[in-house]
Amino acid sequence: MSSVTQLLKQAQDEIVAADNQASLDKVRVKYLGKKGSLTSYLKELGSLPSDKRAEAGKAINDAKNSLMSEIKLRQSELQADSIASKLLLDKLDVSLPGRGQKPGRVHPITRTLQRITDIFTSAGFETRIGPEIEDDYYNFTALNIPENHPARAMHDTFYLESGELLRTHTSPVQIRAMQNEGAPIRLIAPGRVYRCDSDLTHTPMFTQIEGLAVGADISFANLKAVLYEFVSNFFEREIELRFRPAYFPFTEPSAEVDIRAESGEWLEILGCGMVHPNVLRNVDIDSEKFRGYAFGMGVDRLAMLRYGVDDLRLFFENDLPFLAQFS
Amino acid sequence: MRVNLQWLKEWINFEFDSDELANKLTIGGLEVGSIEQIHLEAKGIVVAKIIETQPHPDADRLVICQVSTGKHDHTVVCGAPNARKGLMTAYAPSGSVFPDGRKIEATKIRNILSDGMLCSSYDLNLTDDNKGLIELESDAPIGSSFDKFLGLDDVVLDLELTPNRGDCFSILGVAREVAALTNKNLNSYAFNSVKAKSTEKLSVKLSAEDSCPRFVGRVIKGVSNKLFTPSWITERLRRVGLRKINPIVDITNYVMLELGQPLHSYDYDNLSGSINVRYGKKSETLSLLGDSVIKLDSDVLVIADDAGPVGLAGIMGGSSTAVETSTVNIFLEAAFFTPSSIIGRARKYALHTDASHRFERGVDPEGQIRAIERATELIIDIVGGEAGPTTVYENAQYLPEAPSVVLRRSKLESILGMTVEPEVVESIMCRLGMSLEKKEDSWVVTPPSFRFDINIEEDLIEEVARIIGYDTLPVISEKCTQKLGISTEKKLSEYHVINRLVERGYSEVISYGFVEKQLEKSINPDSELVSIINPLSSELSVMRSSLWPGLLGVARRNLSRQQSRIRIFEMGSVFCMKSNKISEKQSLAGLALGPIYSEHWDFDDKDVDYFDIKSDVESLFDLTNLDCEIEFLSAEHPALAKGKTARILKENKPIGWIGELHPSFQQNLELKSAVIMFSLDITSLLLHKVSVYQQYSKYPSVRRDLALVLHEDIKGTEVVSCIKKAGGELLKEIKIFDLYRGKGIESSEKSLAVGLILQHTSRTLNDTDIDKIIGAVTRRLKDDLGAAIRK
Repeated sequence: MSSVTQLLKQAQDEIVAADNQASLDKVRVKYLGKKGSLTSYLKELGSLPSDKRAEAGKAINDAKNSLMSEIKLRQSELQADSIASKLLLDKLDVSLPGRGQKPGRVHPITRTLQRITDIFTSAGFETRIGPEIEDDYYNFTALNIPENHPARAMHDTFYLESGELLRTHTSPVQIRAMQNEGAPIRLIAPGRVYRCDSDLTHTPMFTQIEGLAVGADISFANLKAVLYEFVSNFFEREIELRFRPAYFPFTEPSAEVDIRAESGEWLEILGCGMVHPNVLRNVDIDSEKFRGYAFGMGVDRLAMLRYGVDDLRLFFENDLPFLAQFS
Repeated sequence: MRVNLQWLKEWINFEFDSDELANKLTIGGLEVGSIEQIHLEAKGIVVAKIIETQPHPDADRLVICQVSTGKHDHTVVCGAPNARKGLMTAYAPSGSVFPDGRKIEATKIRNILSDGMLCSSYDLNLTDDNKGLIELESDAPIGSSFDKFLGLDDVVLDLELTPNRGDCFSILGVAREVAALTNKNLNSYAFNSVKAKSTEKLSVKLSAEDSCPRFVGRVIKGVSNKLFTPSWITERLRRVGLRKINPIVDITNYVMLELGQPLHSYDYDNLSGSINVRYGKKSETLSLLGDSVIKLDSDVLVIADDAGPVGLAGIMGGSSTAVETSTVNIFLEAAFFTPSSIIGRARKYALHTDASHRFERGVDPEGQIRAIERATELIIDIVGGEAGPTTVYENAQYLPEAPSVVLRRSKLESILGMTVEPEVVESIMCRLGMSLEKKEDSWVVTPPSFRFDINIEEDLIEEVARIIGYDTLPVISEKCTQKLGISTEKKLSEYHVINRLVERGYSEVISYGFVEKQLEKSINPDSELVSIINPLSSELSVMRSSLWPGLLGVARRNLSRQQSRIRIFEMGSVFCMKSNKISEKQSLAGLALGPIYSEHWDFDDKDVDYFDIKSDVESLFDLTNLDCEIEFLSAEHPALAKGKTARILKENKPIGWIGELHPSFQQNLELKSAVIMFSLDITSLLLHKVSVYQQYSKYPSVRRDLALVLHEDIKGTEVVSCIKKAGGELLKEIKIFDLYRGKGIESSEKSLAVGLILQHTSRTLNDTDIDKIIGAVTRRLKDDLGAAIRK
């Protein structure tokens, strides 16, 4: 049966030579089709002597199976080739920029405020907000700043024709919260505040966040602890702090807190103190039973320190190239 | 408060340098704002005397001076009006250097060789006085170095004192504080009482004795106020920022700076009759130093004589009795005015003075006699004269009474969070000049007369903390039984909204709450303005009723800085006034202009239009997951273009606007391309419906498209709701996928292509189901909206 072997060899060569689906089909038909050469061998089996028939039949079938699998293999090779060449045609310049809307930016002050809020919220301080237009009582009197008190000069206040004023701090929020909720209480009060002042380090509107904790066992030592923790969490590094005596009518003792900049100089970042008993009295909290601490800081100033912004006014000019930097 | 260290050191000895002193004061509560080195910038200047002058032969205004520096004489040509024989002054010899770096050399001035220069205070950069040569006292040491003579090697600390520490507005006050902070004693000081040489006195009546409970006066006659204020006084005044005026005024200023007690001197000959301390009257006026005339009022305390007011008590004296160089007889005043009688008055008249600043914060009620004696001593020393007796008028009942404050050890320790030994407390109180009475577990503390700020227990606790040092107080975390935090899903935070807009390409901006009046009025013509009485400028004079003026301002600014594609938003308070009541709410607004996407290699750079921004607004409502109906109704807004504007309604309640900026605004604001803006009441976005799972069909859906021909005025939403009504529950979704006007369609009509998605929950739909629904829909569209199916 060397003729089968020969035929197989010939067919195998043709399969390898077939370089597309059509020529491969031709090869298949030529050998395995109804009138194909191998098929005709099968038909001739009957004319062989019976003792040889089985052996010859097996040889032909083996050759047929082998051809079939080789055709299949070649077929998948040809398919892969054809996909590959098609892909080659459709090749992308993958370095080109993507399509669609590019995200904008959150304002760095909002971002800073959000971080500060998150830090205090995780410690159980709840956020309270209040109006930006306030009256004299909530902005001053309730906070132990009576009329004509020299401390009023520290707050360059904008007054409205209606007799109201633009709040100079978010402390009125603390007053309202203590009035409504009593003690104990832990809150933060973020918001915009206004002072008639404008230069390199002052804008007539700025963002403040204040905190308040009133409870039975609150001490100045607790205030120091919470602020130490806040500052290192905010700057994500250990930072040297300095507490120094200060004066705010609504706290006693009062302190201002400085941080040590990398340059070595001290930078003031916030004011704080123990809530003045007059303030507690004004909101009907018994100052013998409860004590509290309060603190307030300029969010804009913290954003400046955090991001190295050297001019406060940039925040309110809203130049897109400026905003684009705060990703 | 500027403190000159040479002066301070007369009151207290300390070894540490100025930086260390500044640090001690700052951490003790007297914040040092700046440290200024005082020295002479010029080099080589000496004290010299003009021994002879003669006119310059070739120039009328110049004189030739023979100047002696002791060893040598020099010829100097000088044009100063006060160049005269006998004058002691500052001389810059050849080779000396001026503050501006100019080297002084012998030069010919109109043919006469001038060997060096005589100096004005301005030349040496000491003051801005360039009217004449520096005048020194006649016994100044000729030939000695000028800076040594004036002690021009000093440091001035600028203290930023808090309003509660009125007691520190003097050298004495700061010295007391340094002593307390460093546990030292003040140098002993004794004031000589100047014995009266005459019996001359002026009678003083305290009509307003509750406002002026003590008034100390003294007449001094026969002074020579034309004489010269010694350099040591004028130099100290200069370093803390006061000009020299005449010896008596300089001395009263000097004593005020030293002791904290403001003094006033009157020209005795110009006072008529006696003095009365009383409140002003509405009809009265007062001519002040510097010749301004003010109208008095019944809430202003004045010093009056028989003819009327001669001074605003504690603030400023009147011009008619002012002490001049020609004054011969004076009346000196040192009074105690209560803070409440002075507070606010200086501000009312815009007359903030060194005196009013101190009286408002409180001066030591025990300091008047001391100040009068000190001033008298200096006056007689410097300008001569005969003093009358020191007369004290007072009503002690109205003098501030030092409060007795109880300090409990338990309270002290609970507030500071630490144990403080009783000896420590007692030593601190003693250092601060407090007298104390020891009780069991407490003290009764009486502050010294100069401390106005110690009234309650907490004030004493702060004093203890301050002297111990805030930095040495303990740091202890709160013991809190903290409840778990809440992660709300039913409420959205503003950050959700911010983040959604940021994802969609908007950048957040922050603008001021006040805006320009005209822009505000034109955007919101019907609203009453919320005006500021004292705005920083007219551009910031009314509160905004909308965030749009701010956004437009930011857009303009960025356009002028070559930003051609702008997508910005702001979240903030807006204000409106209705029948005199101001309401405030939180608003969200956005603005977009320029290409939809930033320039891209595979995109058309089409500019944004209404529908781009509408989709952003819709994406915000998508945050809420609420079922309620949001409508965009065609409407008109003064700032927006007619026909391209919608009022946004949520359950029939208006909550916002969206539209294209009106072309006239666009023109006025010089904006080149179309601007799309929206605004929303933020509260409409902050509720979120928590999702509830609903079973959904897994059977195949079928889509049928209809091309409708409709009248132009029929809105897309009407078509959708009509189809919904007819479609029944098998109709799952309606897509509007084309809008066509033009060829084949009447001009009053439009063609709208809609796709209907149908699906059954429990089986596959067959043609009969589908035909039935489509039939119902087309009939309903025809009946309700007159819509035809386009073939």
